[in-house]
Amino acid sequence: MALRGNLRDFTITQLLNLINLARKTGTLIVEGPNETAEIAFREGKLAYAKIGQEENGLAMILHRSKQLSANQYEVVLQRAESMTDKELGLTLINAGYISQEDILANLQQYFTDIIRRLFTWVEGFFRFENDILPQEDRINIRLDLENLIIEGSRQLRELEQLQDEIPTLEMALKFTERPGANLQSVNLSVEEWRVVSFIDPKNTMKQIANAAKLNELEIRRIVFGLLQAGLVELVRAEGAPAPKPVRMFPTEDREEQKTLVNRLIGRIRSM
Amino acid sequence: MQTVKMVVTGPFSAGKTELIRSVSEIDVVSTERKLTDKAERTVKEATTVAMDFGRITVDEDLVLYLFGTPGQKRFDFMWEILSEGMLGFIVVVDSTRPETFREARSILETFRAYAPTPYVVAANKQDLEDAWEVEDVRNALRLDPKIKILPCVASDRDTVKTILLELLYSILEEMESGG
Ligand SMILES: Nc1nc2c(ncn2[C@@H]2O[C@H](COP(=O)(O)OP(=O)(O)O)[C@@H](O)[C@H]2O)c(=O)[nH]1
Ligand SMILES: [Mg+2]
Repeated sequence: MALRGNLRDFTITQLLNLINLARKTGTLIVEGPNETAEIAFREGKLAYAKIGQEENGLAMILHRSKQLSANQYEVVLQRAESMTDKELGLTLINAGYISQEDILANLQQYFTDIIRRLFTWVEGFFRFENDILPQEDRINIRLDLENLIIEGSRQLRELEQLQDEIPTLEMALKFTERPGANLQSVNLSVEEWRVVSFIDPKNTMKQIANAAKLNELEIRRIVFGLLQAGLVELVRAEGAPAPKPVRMFPTEDREEQKTLVNRLIGRIRSM
Repeated sequence: MQTVKMVVTGPFSAGKTELIRSVSEIDVVSTERKLTDKAERTVKEATTVAMDFGRITVDEDLVLYLFGTPGQKRFDFMWEILSEGMLGFIVVVDSTRPETFREARSILETFRAYAPTPYVVAANKQDLEDAWEVEDVRNALRLDPKIKILPCVASDRDTVKTILLELLYSILEEMESGG
């Protein structure tokens, strides 16, 4: 079924978050006003990207990043006309032109730049196709999305949106136990690290903001990025004054309460 | 006579009234009023601006009331009043409208802050082709893995029954664990 919508309503960052959490495999197609981007993922990691008609063969990517001079690029184009990217990559490595790491690093740079361009799109239809995988003959990478998610979240500036996401600063933060959420591999700013260092179910976000000398907008923005990247979650602060005692039941007696719930269950089952 | 209540909340047009209507034994009493707000009017001609009110009689001395809250921000002062004394709450989201997920998250966090009451999420309108899958909605709402999210078609009484039951099971579990 459909994972589709408009970027106006659901941002690229949120999509990356979703793909990351669900470890999705497939291709995200985004139709912007001027061009269409296709971003492929494997098990929640970035594998491949292309945008519009932009030439994205390996030779061109290496040329653009100055790994191949204009001359070399010409030569490669002539000799390697019928080669796939994978074959060309191997040839270049074997000829000692470039290492495998450098090839992957250049592809990573190119693909992530495409995603950074998408961050600036305010409008565009997206859909996620489970069945479309990156072309076999292209070189794929495997890049964790957390850093891109945090980067994208930093661009969400409007206080109003952030207030929707984090309505109260009286909640505390805790690290998620989601397997694979790895703080070590994430590039955090100094301020973000400062917040991270105060994360503890005992500290409310308000206290963290005070301790880290951040205003409400700043703390919300940082927490939002960490939330989006799936690194932390909101919890009720330990030791905070219990929220005013809620009277859920018309009786104080535990057993009567259970009986009451069971009566409700029986009634609804029989409906 | 004892009464208990559950609150049904969620963004505008998510299907709260429809959900309550499916299981209520009385006509859902709702103060519907034509909205003049243009953007909202295109979504739906009339919407609940006060609240919905449904009833399920269990036996001669127990009644369950279902309250539907207006999801719109400008009514959030009512949430605190409504959340007082509820057994639990149901957050209804329209699975076909990702533009409403942020508001749903916001409503969720707000309710969570008022009361540590059990809740479940209804991923509504699963009968429509554009509906997001339940697990995608779960991730979009950043739900804790422990929180139940269930497929729902608000006009289909059986799916609504399941949602009420799952909420009641969660309430029982919480009681057993001494919560
Ligand atoms: N197809 C479909 N339509 C629904 C469903 N639930 C509600 N609707 C429709 O969505 C619109 C909004 O529902 P309503 O209950 O008034 O939303 P509320 O604002 O949350 O109370 C109405 O036109 C309903 O008929 C559903 O599960 N499937
Ligand atoms: Mg309604």
